[in-house]
Amino acid sequence: MAMDAADIERLIKEGLPDAEVTIQDLKGDGDHYAATVVSSAFAGKTRVQQHQLVYQALQGRMGNELHALALQTSAPDGA
Amino acid sequence: MSDNPVNDRIQSEIDENSVVLFMKGNPMMPQCGFSAAITQVLTQMEVKFKGIDVLADDELRQGIKEFSSWPTIPQLYVKGDFVGGCDIVREMYENGELKELLDNKGVEYAS
Repeated sequence: MAMDAADIERLIKEGLPDAEVTIQDLKGDGDHYAATVVSSAFAGKTRVQQHQLVYQALQGRMGNELHALALQTSAPDGA
Repeated sequence: MSDNPVNDRIQSEIDENSVVLFMKGNPMMPQCGFSAAITQVLTQMEVKFKGIDVLADDELRQGIKEFSSWPTIPQLYVKGDFVGGCDIVREMYENGELKELLDNKGVEYAS
């Protein structure tokens, strides 16, 4: 099983509509990606909570179809 | 005791051990790069920790994900609190937050 970058970006944006998302395919196997996600939904949240929001947006695929997603999350400046 | 023995076991492990790493493999032989990465950070800092191999117990492997609402392994706990997975621990290590956390929680480390 694998996912492509466009699907990951689409799901994250569906879950976090204002998110700016950049995806990097680390190994070209559809299983190992890095992503940076910037969203106002992260404001005031711990890093764990921010990552959990992204995992929720991925609707259970994290740890299943998607083996590895190295995440960098932040709120927009001034949020 | 609740009716969820896996949760009870997880809770007792993180209550009884200052630093617990739920991982794939064991500290001497991690079975995945992410588990190895956190093991290396903790070893480098000479933090005493208990490594628990979730590959040896499928119920634990699923239960830990529900326990923390975190979908992947490894998972690091310090003084009963979930700290994060590989990305977060590595980021905290690189920016000094991990030392700060260990200081605040009274956990010894070397460097």
